[in-house]
Amino acid sequence: MSSELGLRGGYANGEEIAVAHRDAAAGAPAEIYRRYLEGGTLGFQRCRDCSSAVFYPRVLCPVCGSIFLEWRTSGGRGVVYATTAVYRRNEEPYNVALVDLEEGFRMMSRVEGIPAEEVGIGLRVRFEVRGEEDGPVAVFVPAESTG
Amino acid sequence: MSLQGRAAIVGVAESDLGEVGPGLTPLDLIGQATSRALEDAGLEKGDVDGLFSASAYYHMPTLSVGEYLGIRPRYSDATSMGGSSFVSHLFHAAAAIDAGLCEVALIAYGSTQRSAGGRLVSGSETLPYEAAYRPRYPVSMYALAASRHMHEYGTTREQLAEVAVAARKWAKLNPKAFVQGDLSIEDVLDSRMVSSPLSVLDCCLVTDGGGAVLVTGVGRAQALRKPPVYLLGVGEAHWHRNISQMPDLTVSAAAESGPRAYRMAKIGPEDVDVAMLYDAFTINTVLFLEDLGFCEKGEGGAFASGGRISPGGELAVNTNGGGLSYNHPGMYGLLLLVEATRQIRGECGERQVADANVALVHGNGGVLSSQVSAVLGSEETL
Repeated sequence: MSSELGLRGGYANGEEIAVAHRDAAAGAPAEIYRRYLEGGTLGFQRCRDCSSAVFYPRVLCPVCGSIFLEWRTSGGRGVVYATTAVYRRNEEPYNVALVDLEEGFRMMSRVEGIPAEEVGIGLRVRFEVRGEEDGPVAVFVPAESTG
Repeated sequence: MSLQGRAAIVGVAESDLGEVGPGLTPLDLIGQATSRALEDAGLEKGDVDGLFSASAYYHMPTLSVGEYLGIRPRYSDATSMGGSSFVSHLFHAAAAIDAGLCEVALIAYGSTQRSAGGRLVSGSETLPYEAAYRPRYPVSMYALAASRHMHEYGTTREQLAEVAVAARKWAKLNPKAFVQGDLSIEDVLDSRMVSSPLSVLDCCLVTDGGGAVLVTGVGRAQALRKPPVYLLGVGEAHWHRNISQMPDLTVSAAAESGPRAYRMAKIGPEDVDVAMLYDAFTINTVLFLEDLGFCEKGEGGAFASGGRISPGGELAVNTNGGGLSYNHPGMYGLLLLVEATRQIRGECGERQVADANVALVHGNGGVLSSQVSAVLGSEETL
């Protein structure tokens, strides 16, 4: 996955780490995240020094301060941690949820495929990508409803 | 070294409140409140040499306020942590006064958000990773926290409604409260849903309003017009800005700021006569009752029910009617300090809590993000 995206990571010696670091500095985290989505995958970071899963993407680890964050591809399986149905004038209510991914990070997203009010905490969900006006967006659907 | 008992609030005032009408600016309201607070304290504008403010209107709030009021401070602090900023300002003012960096501090705030169109003016910048999901800032974030609390602890919408009903009962004793009508649990449950499980009556008011608080060292405080209200303890904490980054949606950083304030004050929650807990949404009061030690984690919904936090209940909470029923001008933290001071002075008329000597003021900012706790006390608590 990483090479397809033109990303580097997982280096052991000082020289290669410097390359990885320069790549991280050259590629804005939000841009790299977007490239993962454009490829149909959900990217996140894992700290090489403390192993923490990091989301949203950053240039340093918020747990230990390391600058060596490696991009990884999530398996896209998660559980709803918190949920709300948002009501706006002249719109059907839509869902906003916090989803805990199996790799150990949490993200804001929405659950589609069932009514917004029926999204329950603990629901098992799967990542999908939706193309929207401003670019690709990570959403989730109930895990059992997709093949 | 501790700040316990080193500084005191010596003057408080509100600006005009509610809906002040078109044309008045937030600075006009700050001007009103400042002149009233100076009168309350028996101080002159020229006595003020420390200036503290935060604002959603002015990028450089102490510059704008200083210019408008004609104050040239030697110490200035525009710490901006949402609604909790002003409790933080009290902390920072006490530290500055104790360090000899200023002698009389003015903390001031004003907002005309209701007259300016009824829209909340707030720092609602969103992460690039989250904008597409269109949460309603800030209510959806509090709704997420409420959903989790309900899931983990069985908290109900009825218990959240109890918080709103208790606030209304207090408001009916406060002539300055923006809403005074009867409110039932059913009214809250049946009101328009905004971001489930929070309906519009689980949400704070959108009003105009402002206030001013004057702080000075204890020596000077004792020579002024009104009995000083002493800062006994204070603590602040913040762990996140965005709700997705809050480690546990059922535990706020008040679980850290509160104990810091209690430790400095050498008191515990059992010693608190009046608790002013920043109630931007009904879930706030539930979380803060727990995190500040008035009940166990998970029991906040039950604690708030059955009239226990209403007038005549076990614990006097948000005696002005709170952000839910009294006033919420975008950022409400300064008005918590005004009410706590008046309760300790015994100036609260019908809603006065008997023998109120210790008040806990708890400010919240952002989306359960910034938490600042302060313990205030009368002369006899020193």
